[in-house]
Amino acid sequence: MSTAMLQSLWHYRGFVLGSVQREFQTRYRNSLLGALWTVINPLAMIIVYTVIFSRLMQARLPGVDNDLAYGIYLCAGLLTWGLFAEIIARGQSVFLEHATLLKKLSFPRICLPLVVVLNALLNFGIIFGLFIGFLLVTGNFPGWVVLAMLPVLLIQVLFAVGLGIILGVLNVFFRDVGQMTGIVLQFWFWFTPIIYPPSILPESAAGLLKWNPMVPLVQAYQGIFVKGVWPQWHTLWPMVLISVLLCLLALALFRKRAGEMVDEL
Amino acid sequence: MGSIRIKGLGKAYRQYPTHWSRLAEWVLPWGRPRHQLRWVLKDINIQVYPGEALGIVGVNGAGKSTLLKMITGTTQPSTGTIEIEGRVAALLELGMGFHPEFTGRQNVFMAGQLLGLSIEELHQLMPDIESFAEIGEYMDQPVRTYSSGMQMRLAFSVATARRPDILIVDEALSVGDAYFQHKSFGRIRDFRRSGTTLLIVSHDRQAIQTICDRAVLLNHGQLALEGAPEEVMDFFSAMIAEREQNTIRQERLADNRIRTISGTGEASIAGVALLNEEGKPVDVIETGAPITLQVTVDINRDIERLVLGFMIKDRMGQAIYGINTHRINRPLENLRAGEQVVYRYSFNADIGKGNYSVALSLSRLDSHLDKNYEWRDFALVFHVINTRKPDFVGCASLDATLEIKHHQHIAEGVATDALSD
Repeated sequence: MSTAMLQSLWHYRGFVLGSVQREFQTRYRNSLLGALWTVINPLAMIIVYTVIFSRLMQARLPGVDNDLAYGIYLCAGLLTWGLFAEIIARGQSVFLEHATLLKKLSFPRICLPLVVVLNALLNFGIIFGLFIGFLLVTGNFPGWVVLAMLPVLLIQVLFAVGLGIILGVLNVFFRDVGQMTGIVLQFWFWFTPIIYPPSILPESAAGLLKWNPMVPLVQAYQGIFVKGVWPQWHTLWPMVLISVLLCLLALALFRKRAGEMVDEL
Repeated sequence: MGSIRIKGLGKAYRQYPTHWSRLAEWVLPWGRPRHQLRWVLKDINIQVYPGEALGIVGVNGAGKSTLLKMITGTTQPSTGTIEIEGRVAALLELGMGFHPEFTGRQNVFMAGQLLGLSIEELHQLMPDIESFAEIGEYMDQPVRTYSSGMQMRLAFSVATARRPDILIVDEALSVGDAYFQHKSFGRIRDFRRSGTTLLIVSHDRQAIQTICDRAVLLNHGQLALEGAPEEVMDFFSAMIAEREQNTIRQERLADNRIRTISGTGEASIAGVALLNEEGKPVDVIETGAPITLQVTVDINRDIERLVLGFMIKDRMGQAIYGINTHRINRPLENLRAGEQVVYRYSFNADIGKGNYSVALSLSRLDSHLDKNYEWRDFALVFHVINTRKPDFVGCASLDATLEIKHHQHIAEGVATDALSD
């Protein structure tokens, strides 16, 4: 990102933060419980996955001797995948959603994807905070190794932002992109070992997994939370490269098409 | 400070025959352009000097909004450059960025930041914004409870909270009720006095002529005319009427003013004169004197209906009075080629001293927009002097009468004393 872009973002920080706050508040305006819902929803999800899957259905992870292990495995993958999917899904529609604003007011357009990312991170922060709390209460907190998720998270957000902006720009010109994104995300989700352990896959499918860039990330999270082990950093390097390249590509595409985009909205 | 320099500006939209051709153009390496350009603006050169007020007129689709969008920066030009010095504020889309669920105050912060103001500035300006909008305690209510007028008031107040170097105003300055319209216009005038450069797009003759120093006319995406507001507006009115085949011509009068004559020519004005009580042509009139406007009209082709209208305009081109034979139910019908009609409008010249001009129109209906046989600005110029009446100010001679009564003023203390006695 050029310094000019960063400067304009800084100048418009009030707008960016205000938008994040507004979007967050809008969701719970006019509801009796208000912000409580931000907690209740994810809490319900965590309980369903951990208690119901692990306890009632007796689902077990092969090789881990812990009642809650499967639930934790699920949450580690699902919650982080949720962040990824939210950035992609909101990113691909962000320019279309704000068409009138883009057409009528002059402001740094890069603010819009930033609002999307910050919002997704806010939601993720809440739900993941609850998850951490749950781990502490049940005595499954993995300890210092938790810090390892920060760099992993950074890579994942970069990857999602790059992809999201590219899809967002393309979607303005080819609306098929928006439709496709939903479908691809579905397949992608099931092709990533989140609900299931990779060991249950047949040989042929397991071989394909190495082409899925999300796998090392998700496995890093799962390793941290289920087994308390540090990520195998070397598996993440290709992902770092891909993410940075995607972001550069996104920026170039955005720069090149930003003007034409307004004509097309 | 506050100048705009537009050079060779053009805007074209890309048109692709199908969506696939866009994809092909994007991805095929041996790609040739597969789009056509639809030009909405071409070769626009405009210079707006600091402190100047420029009016932009043109029919819908002439490219006015596109031009403004490029000046404000939302749309990128296809060719040419725009150089802007100074901070720009645009009253184009008032209320953009307002969110109905949030209070007026919260929205002021959001919208204000979108307009490029910082939070500290907004905190400073908040009392001003609040008092100018005059929406009282609604300031802390959600915007969805506002009437549209209130929303506009607030939006206008935010958009003009800080005096910009360049203010861009689009169309209807119809911000809320008449009271607020005056108020908002007053603010724009104040800005102008303090040196703000103004760019106004409007169809409203009054607005353009009272505020602007200069006007440009856009037609089919090109600069058709540039000049004094009155000339441009005259040409524009004529142009609207003349979308058909007929011609518009402008003549320069002795005093350098420009007369616009247009029309299809089925009927034409053969002569016009202002007559005094004795029936002699005059061009200097005493305030309040009875006069007659005599217009001779030649009928050149058979026409089914003819309406003659006249309008007296002051030095600034503002309408003082106008009427036509349609409005007084005296249109002429089924006229034959070769006939000549003489009209005499008589009235008292109850107008103030100064220079006035008369514009004439020959049309089929009330408005010259329907069928315009002839439209003639500056058909006649006359002067009004005031030697008999008291030297009043303004253009309407209202002959106010005065009554003064003297009473003894009784001081309060004295009155109570009197009562207690």
